Amino acid sequence: MNKELFIFCLRLADNCLILAHRQSELCSKSPFLEEDIAQTNFGLDLLGQAEAIYNFAVEIEGNINTPDDLVYKRNERSFYNFILSEQPNTNFAFVVIRQYFMSVYLKIIYTTLSNIKDSKLSGISLKALKELDYQINHFELWIKRLGLGTKESKEKIQNAINELWIFTGELFERDNLDLNMEKNGYLLNSNLFYKKWINFINDIFNESNLNIPKDAYMVTGSKNGIHSEYMGFILTEMQFLQRTFPDAKW
Amino acid sequence: MVKKNINYKFQKRIDNNIKIEPRDDMPEGYRAHLIRQISQHAHSEVIGMQPEANWITRAPSLRSKKILLAKVQDEAGHGLYLYSAAETLGASRSDLIKKLHLKEAKYASIFNYPALTWSDIGAIGWLVDGAAITNQVSLQKTSYGPYSRAMIKICKEESFHQRQGFEIMIKMSHGTKEQKQMAQDSLNRFWWPSLMMFGPHDSDSTRSERAINWKIKRESNDFLRQKFIDKTVPQADFLGLTIPDQKLKWNKKRNSYDFGEINWNEFWRVVNGGGPCNQKRINHHINAHKDGEWVRKALIKYSEKYVK
Ligand SMILES: [Fe+2]
Ligand SMILES: [Fe+2]
Ligand SMILES: [Fe+2]
Repeated sequence: MNKELFIFCLRLADNCLILAHRQSELCSKSPFLEEDIAQTNFGLDLLGQAEAIYNFAVEIEGNINTPDDLVYKRNERSFYNFILSEQPNTNFAFVVIRQYFMSVYLKIIYTTLSNIKDSKLSGISLKALKELDYQINHFELWIKRLGLGTKESKEKIQNAINELWIFTGELFERDNLDLNMEKNGYLLNSNLFYKKWINFINDIFNESNLNIPKDAYMVTGSKNGIHSEYMGFILTEMQFLQRTFPDAKW
Repeated sequence: MVKKNINYKFQKRIDNNIKIEPRDDMPEGYRAHLIRQISQHAHSEVIGMQPEANWITRAPSLRSKKILLAKVQDEAGHGLYLYSAAETLGASRSDLIKKLHLKEAKYASIFNYPALTWSDIGAIGWLVDGAAITNQVSLQKTSYGPYSRAMIKICKEESFHQRQGFEIMIKMSHGTKEQKQMAQDSLNRFWWPSLMMFGPHDSDSTRSERAINWKIKRESNDFLRQKFIDKTVPQADFLGLTIPDQKLKWNKKRNSYDFGEINWNEFWRVVNGGGPCNQKRINHHINAHKDGEWVRKALIKYSEKYVK
């Protein structure tokens, strides 16, 4: 099997899965009913993307595992989602910023993948891109509303940006695997990737009167399966039935 | 004199099965009854999201997670349709929510029972959505146009929910020993509260008669309850589960199941706030509403400043 492509897929799918987990937690807790529907919808989109990519990954692996095995039976150190994706729904502003940073990231990844030769992966990416355009619009609107709304909302969203910024460095890290994926056309090189990402952020932050924090220490680790303390709780919750009843079929 | 005339003409329309639309004249009693019933239904959809949302992050497969998330989202959509239907009668959503928070408005008592195990998610789909459909199918013919149309749309989705719940029950009841135990336990806990969803006996239902005359309600509580039981008992048999009612027995003459008496003390206790989760459900809604206040304020401020 193509081990590098397999891990590359896991990294992508794990991000979608863990973001979907956080979005699911919002169900029945949004500021109003229409927003509850929108947020769960994004959760569903991300879950669908995760499932499609896991499906693709298990084929590469030679059908040793099922997608459910990958989700429910891996330990924390074998999950590769960014530390950003697992950050909690501290308040609505944190949700907006986390999802926006990641939506733009995913949009850039999927745009590249939609052009590769593998028809399955490019098909998944094309479908995902439509969903992400909608999400990006939705979150840009909220960034404007909160940035230009009340004094309180501006403070809250600027605070979310400041606190989440240190997790964005991981989005542009490249290890040997990534460099090989770049060579094969699966990934933009880090500089170009960053430029595209930061353009989105700059545009919307300028429009919304929000600031990018000064250069700070950037948290790292997820490419080696090192996570924040939140990750253990996410997996405990997500995997508990499968682990408690290993013989059961669901 | 004038009022009497309206009432007479109105009842004639009802009797001729002409749907009442938002701009039509209607007696205040009819309007008030509908606002109360539709908002109660809307609150039920929304409060009902909580016990199920509680399990999305723990759903044991990608497939079941997706189905459950989509289901709870559907319920939010149902709430939205129904609040809109209530608004066509002149009610405002924010007032209706205020009444919910002040415990002046009710919602389906079933959601005051906790979802404790994964098979409860199956039982809720199977029994609670199943009971809801039985009730709502009859409401498709309700006399108020917007409510009737909302019911037609909602019923389609509810029957998916019912089947998806039943599918979980099949997996559980045909699964390992522990899964079977869980399935039986869920049935034991959800059976009677599901029967209570149809409300008090017709003889004790104060508002029923008027609602039937106005064709807001099309079938009686006891009739619908019997219909639900007759439909559901064979499904329990298929699952190999035992319904927790020793008096349950096929009655050849009636061509229906006889069944035991509901614990009406429990029914009224839970309706009036004394169920295991009443406090939790309302607090959850109040807290989410409070947490969202600064967001709604920002939205309003932004719209005033920037949206023409
Ligand atoms: Fe519903
Ligand atoms: Fe319902
Ligand atoms: Fe439902």
